[in-house]
Amino acid sequence: MKVALRKTIGERLLELAKQDEKIVVVTSDARGSAAIADFFKVFPERSIEVGIAEQTAAGVAAGLALCGKKAWVFGPACFYSARNLEQIKNDIAYSDANVKIVAVSGGVSYGPLGSTHHALHDVAVMRAIPNLKVLLPSDAVLAAAILEQLLKDEKPVYMRTGRNPVPVIYSRDEKFEVGRAITLKEGNDITIIATGEVVWRALEAAKILEKEGISARVIDMFTVKPLDEEAVFRAARETGRIVTVEEHSIFGGLGGAVAEFLSQNLPTPMKILGIPDEYPVTGTQDEVLKHYGLAPEGIAKTVLEWFKEGN
Amino acid sequence: MGALTRHEVLELKRKAIEIRKMILDMIYKAKSGHTGGSLSSVEILVTLFYKILRVKPEDPNWEDRDRFILSKGHSVEAYYAVLADKGFFPKEELETYCKYGSRLTGHPTRKVPGVEVNTGALGHGLAIGVGMALAGKMDGKDYKVYVLMGDGELDEGSVWEAAQVASHYSLDNLIGIVDRNRLQISGHTEEVLKLEPLSKRWEAFGWNVLEVDGHDFESLYKTFVSIPRETGKPHLIIANTIKGKGISFIEGRVEWHHKVPSDEEYRKAIEELEEQLKTLEEGDMV
Repeated sequence: MKVALRKTIGERLLELAKQDEKIVVVTSDARGSAAIADFFKVFPERSIEVGIAEQTAAGVAAGLALCGKKAWVFGPACFYSARNLEQIKNDIAYSDANVKIVAVSGGVSYGPLGSTHHALHDVAVMRAIPNLKVLLPSDAVLAAAILEQLLKDEKPVYMRTGRNPVPVIYSRDEKFEVGRAITLKEGNDITIIATGEVVWRALEAAKILEKEGISARVIDMFTVKPLDEEAVFRAARETGRIVTVEEHSIFGGLGGAVAEFLSQNLPTPMKILGIPDEYPVTGTQDEVLKHYGLAPEGIAKTVLEWFKEGN
Repeated sequence: MGALTRHEVLELKRKAIEIRKMILDMIYKAKSGHTGGSLSSVEILVTLFYKILRVKPEDPNWEDRDRFILSKGHSVEAYYAVLADKGFFPKEELETYCKYGSRLTGHPTRKVPGVEVNTGALGHGLAIGVGMALAGKMDGKDYKVYVLMGDGELDEGSVWEAAQVASHYSLDNLIGIVDRNRLQISGHTEEVLKLEPLSKRWEAFGWNVLEVDGHDFESLYKTFVSIPRETGKPHLIIANTIKGKGISFIEGRVEWHHKVPSDEEYRKAIEELEEQLKTLEEGDMV
């Protein structure tokens, strides 16, 4: 079964808002793309539309939060990590406003719309902002489940999702915790640490590797910041090789976070898989990811070649 | 409620001189600060904090308080001086302004009691004010939200984004104030980037616009108290001021945007302020 994360986030937030009147939603003409049109219909008095004005959306959300609201601001990741970056840094994170930024259609999920609409720098940028958690849920179950925990936490969050339906990985009774990665598959030869909507691809890659005689551990690092350092440390110690996989630039994302930690604590051979330092080829999300070796076969191929090299 | 008494005006004038001395002290000791814009905003801040704003210094997070945002965050010396004088934090702490480890950073932060939001990057305050005004409406509260902006700040497009949203939502509990001192860091506002016709621009954005002499307590007070309620429009007060107001050799001089006074300049400035105080007291005797 495939479900779009933004859809379940919108639905779950609407349910939660029925019990919590402090929840308010702000958007910048992205009701449809962020899947919060229903929230606007059910709670018009708690829904703020600012027009195509991302800077104002973030500022308004901060103002609402500083007056006691639990403000959720929704918009495309490409704009919500660039156009209003200064508002996110100053008005939300620096001012410690209880704002949850839900950045939809991240990575290359807008596919052929091109690089103006891709967000491949957002994790790097957001990670460098103090007092801002950076989460990339990998499936709809996790995305919806984490909302409740985020509501209890008054700290700012940047949560990135994609746009398209992705396979459901988790069951509804699973528990998730920010700061704690999920080991999806045990393995001893290598660990694939992935984040966001390429996690299922990493899991598929591990299955291919299994057939080739390589036992790959797979970790869902949906919590890029705070990074689950313990899980990374254990994986490095127990498997000796780490591959990171992300729908993001190879600079400063999950790969950067893992490398920063390991290089200072347990230097471990690594490969960082992501989008290289260029504006991607035209294509659907699947086509673009495949082009850059981020489809299951591509991930598996990189690992196999690494093992063949014997180093 | 309609007008200030003669005695009240005198008290406010005295206060303004005191605040100006505190500003110069802070900047002189820290060797850092924004002299011109702090001095131009003194009467606006004094009127607000001593006569208009419903705030409790002993309970800065009181839910029903009026909100004030210093969107022109570089006028922080004037802001801190007023907050300390009002008792939000001890006056002696002003000595630590910009010093290592002090919470009194060179632009406002929420670590300082009374500060609602961290500012300093221009063009942010109005949108935050819109959010606060919306929250007030949602909660059925009657507090007002005041946002003090610089005129140079109006170059920022984000101000106009927020201005549109404020009128779209009929935020008549939101009061924007422009410290119209006509100077920004590179020169005259009309030379750097034309702002006029400023009041027409705000009117076109759906705001109720008022204009006032930003150094005249009676006019400032009258303007603030006469702001009609429930007009369905946000309010914008253009406060015409003089950058560097109060010190003869700083007034209207663009280089004083963030110049720090030398020993000699500091001494002369304090002398001028003491002279003003003397004149004020003598006038009172008559």
